[in-house]
Amino acid sequence: MSDWVDVCAEDEIEEEDVIRFDHDGRTFAVYRDEGGAVFCTDGLCTHEQVHLADGLVMDDTIECPRHNGRFNYKTGAALRTPACVALATYPARFNAGRIEVQV
Amino acid sequence: MAFDTPHRDYSLTGPERDRAIERGLVAAEWYHSDIPRKDMKALMTRRDQPAIRDTILWIALLIGTASAGILLWGTWGALPFWLAYGVLYASASDARWHECGHGTAFRTSWMNDAVYLFASFLQMRNPVSWRWSHARHHTDTIIVGRDPEISVMRPTDFTLKALAFVGIPSAFTAFATLLRNATGRYGPDERDYIPDSDLPRATVWARIFVAIHLAAWALALATWSIIPVLLIGGPRIYGTWQMVMTGLLQHGGLAEDVLDHRLNSRSVLMDPVNRWLYLNMNYHVEHHMFPMVPYHALPRLHALIRHDLPPPNPSIRHAYAEMIRALVRQRREPGYHLRRALPPTARPYREDLHDAASVPQTPAA
Repeated sequence: MSDWVDVCAEDEIEEEDVIRFDHDGRTFAVYRDEGGAVFCTDGLCTHEQVHLADGLVMDDTIECPRHNGRFNYKTGAALRTPACVALATYPARFNAGRIEVQV
Repeated sequence: MAFDTPHRDYSLTGPERDRAIERGLVAAEWYHSDIPRKDMKALMTRRDQPAIRDTILWIALLIGTASAGILLWGTWGALPFWLAYGVLYASASDARWHECGHGTAFRTSWMNDAVYLFASFLQMRNPVSWRWSHARHHTDTIIVGRDPEISVMRPTDFTLKALAFVGIPSAFTAFATLLRNATGRYGPDERDYIPDSDLPRATVWARIFVAIHLAAWALALATWSIIPVLLIGGPRIYGTWQMVMTGLLQHGGLAEDVLDHRLNSRSVLMDPVNRWLYLNMNYHVEHHMFPMVPYHALPRLHALIRHDLPPPNPSIRHAYAEMIRALVRQRREPGYHLRRALPPTARPYREDLHDAASVPQTPAA
């Protein structure tokens, strides 16, 4: 199992929002939902390699900014074409006021 | 200096596709104006209320004009109602198809899907294949050999473009495509952008749409009345002009094979009626740059980034004068395109994104 990696301070991601996180040559999207819980997925849309962090978080979904494909960022499931392939998801947690992901 | 460029192959499976790939124009990085994330989130926010209001009004007008047209049948008084019905059916549906296809009209997904299917039927568009076609249009906007929705090809055939205002041949080719899809047949361009896994679904919807149109024809024959066909399908002939009028302006006369929407898309200020019919797609540069912004937020988006965009054309008439001049010139110089001045506050055109890949031009003899 890989190590936990520091992403940012807890308050750097607003509730119902997403940021881009690059680590070790890979790019991820780190989310907080309406309740403040934190989640992590691959950072690029599985349709055409667009950064999801520029998209819109609504309820449990992230919408790709280019073609409006949607994923459930908690499960990774593709919900709306042109997104057809699920996103990989990764564990995420709060630790001493910081957000960490296990990627 | 005059330039001459050979006629280009706009198919998606010809040599232009390979050239676009080689030149790095496919699924490329595009220029975007800077918008703070907080503002962008506010602009992207989805709401049901504006689209519910506009959809109720649209459906009410469809029913009202059709009812008046039928009640006044046989008198000249019916004519304006049929003309209005036609525009609501065949032109306003294009904007609803478009916005709901993006999933931005409503916050609630099933509402987007329901209006998308209804509008697809009115447009005689296969709802599955056109969803993929439009996704490609946004990935590779006006990239020759990749974009299946380039409506103004060079050199422009002005006779065909004039006939398009009365649905010729588009209404017939659209129905022929539905018929072909209904038998499970897809052309090479369609197969280029529709995943194989979605073809069976496309076939099912084509069959449903064809069946409804055939039922309208059967009813017309059974009752020996043209009214069923004026109500269903016919508006693609007599009501399509407003869609064509606004649609040609989106990219006509502007650049091909560039990676900055400010060079290949056009925003035009329009009157409230056309803007309502068109659901604010007159802000077309803004829409292409940020397709996740709902139609009702486009005026706000325009206000936020107008300092970074070429000024919008002040009217439809102005935009047509500009476009037609460019299209006429393109008949002599197919490599010519409009290059509109940016305000001093704008960042320069990102020609570096596509410069290395610019269309090779040779001086005319």
